[in-house]
Amino acid sequence: MTLALITIPFLLALLALAMPSNRWRPWTLPLAGLIHCALTLHTVFRNKNRYHSEWFGLDAAGLLVLLLISLLFLVTAVYLAGYLRYRQERDNRIFVTCLLCLLGSMTLVTWAQHMGIMWVAIETTALSTAPLIYFNKTPRSIEATWKYLLIGFVGIALALLGTLFLAYSSLHAGLEPSLALSELLHHAPQLSKPWLHSAFVLMLIGYGTKMGLAPMHTWKPDAYGEAPGAIGTLLAGCVTSCAFLCILRVWQVCTAAGEAAFISPMLLFMGLLSMATAGVFMVGQQDYKRMLAYSSVEHMGILILGLGLGAPALFGTLLHLFNNGLTKGVLFLSAANIHRSYGSTSTSTVQGALRRLPVSAALFTAGFLAITGSPPFGPFISEFSILNAAFLSGHLWVSGLFLLFLLIIFIGMGATVLKVVQGTVPADAPRTPYREGILTVAPPLLLIILVLMLGVHIPKPLHTLLTNAVDFLEVHP
Amino acid sequence: MNTSLNSLLVVVLALNLFALGTSRMVTVIKIVSLQGILLGVMPLLVEESITLTAGMASTVAVLLKGLVIPAMLLRAIRDVHIKREIEPLIGFLPSMLLGALATGFALLFASSLPLAGEHTTPLLVSASLATIFTGFILLTMRAKAITQIMGYLVLENGIYIFGLLLVEAMPLVVELGVMLDLFVAIFVICIMVNHINKTFSSLDTRLMTSLKE
Repeated sequence: MTLALITIPFLLALLALAMPSNRWRPWTLPLAGLIHCALTLHTVFRNKNRYHSEWFGLDAAGLLVLLLISLLFLVTAVYLAGYLRYRQERDNRIFVTCLLCLLGSMTLVTWAQHMGIMWVAIETTALSTAPLIYFNKTPRSIEATWKYLLIGFVGIALALLGTLFLAYSSLHAGLEPSLALSELLHHAPQLSKPWLHSAFVLMLIGYGTKMGLAPMHTWKPDAYGEAPGAIGTLLAGCVTSCAFLCILRVWQVCTAAGEAAFISPMLLFMGLLSMATAGVFMVGQQDYKRMLAYSSVEHMGILILGLGLGAPALFGTLLHLFNNGLTKGVLFLSAANIHRSYGSTSTSTVQGALRRLPVSAALFTAGFLAITGSPPFGPFISEFSILNAAFLSGHLWVSGLFLLFLLIIFIGMGATVLKVVQGTVPADAPRTPYREGILTVAPPLLLIILVLMLGVHIPKPLHTLLTNAVDFLEVHP
Repeated sequence: MNTSLNSLLVVVLALNLFALGTSRMVTVIKIVSLQGILLGVMPLLVEESITLTAGMASTVAVLLKGLVIPAMLLRAIRDVHIKREIEPLIGFLPSMLLGALATGFALLFASSLPLAGEHTTPLLVSASLATIFTGFILLTMRAKAITQIMGYLVLENGIYIFGLLLVEAMPLVVELGVMLDLFVAIFVICIMVNHINKTFSSLDTRLMTSLKE
């Protein structure tokens, strides 16, 4: 029962690999999503007697990320069942199998209580997403996949080196070397400082590459721009959240070691740099899918910035992780519908989407308003909470820059989004057979309702989960 | 124990420089393969007594790094009919000199690192740093997709050498997981290499320039 969450996706992946029918295979995705979501909700509500060993276990932070992954995967899986119906000409055997492996390995990341296992799980997510990015097998998508793999490999290799440094920091302190999270937290104050510092830097760069923090973000616009839109949802909402969880774990160890003063400035700098980079490339962006990739860079920056502010911003940061994931789902799925109808991602061809695809274009606009932090959507609450923490902790410069970058990004993103949805459809814009259907419109619609709900009222179970996660992460020295 | 380990590490360092200086891809693959075999044997020299787990991890490492992965890469380059690296972004001799410089630097740097008492004598740390640096040179300064991947393998070898200091911290499951991931990674890369060759009629990654701001 406890490990079913991890094993079921892999078993279904084997089933999908063996299934002969290209038509029925995609339906294993919603099936896996449903089972996974049901099991996750069961775990969330059954608070006691959770399985926990030295290597595997679900703490509050892992559970939060697991819930996000499970919800987003289910919604995306329903969408993909609809999407793959339009793409019957392509063999989807590898595609579906890799998606299910991705679900399994992401679940493993949330369960890992051992830094080595966590690393293996993250590397597995990277490997199972590569074939998803070049599903269309165009030269551009192959180029994007190559860059994704190469930059990802180097990043992940540095994270492995960082993991080894972390183990060495306990060895150097004369302790039994261990990478189990509980051991590390228990002995945190004794860990050898120089090795802990270098471990943190390497893991921030390594896992930060997977998250897409600037300046390691260069693969992101290429991969998100060329991958099918639904894959963008999983990459921007789930895989990045897993990488963030890894950084959260290292952060927790360093804070427990009393090194908050050493790591905070680095996190704040990386956060602001990511926001600034996103702002620069979003202004005047001609490609709306690449724009979404830069938006992801921005929000990863916000998360890291929130972490840099430490305990006061922790609740807001975790809430933002959730809000960002769900809103990215709305944006990528509605953008995918627009892409499907026009066959292009350039704003020179794609105009007047409100006339051609009223629901998708409206969802795209609502998603834009939500992600840029406009009330009454969820991200407004979480961004406001982070800003509040920045002011209260006396980081006036940080708060000022944070607001400035949000404003620049709002204007830059708004110009591109409005160009896509408003106006008339250009006469030479190609028309594909795609029409809005229930399977491709309902998923983003459901997500925007969730995002709206999170902005108005955070449901009690989620609130408990968030406070539990904050309690778990907050280290009282 | 230390003398035999040290002499193996010196061979590894020499192989790094050799890999930087040659243009024939088959030679580079063979060098990395030999390096993999040497690395696979090392855990047996580090530990006082040979345990079953150490023996297993070592066997898997020798098989995978020394035989399976090189065989996959040799097949991949045979399929795409490529023999030589074309003129790299910096020449073979300069990159070899750069590698030698990095090795010297690593030797000096390692002695100033705060190492635990029992780790101050063997070359492990400096060899690890030098190998990681060699991997970076190959990865960033070569134009062909396959050589870049050889760079990644050398980089990974460097990290593996550092891991020898921490044999107790890494459970066998994790060690095998890392190896399995490496194997799958190379498998995916070989498929990609085929796609790149089919699409761009070359493995020159400098031809990939359509995605930029």
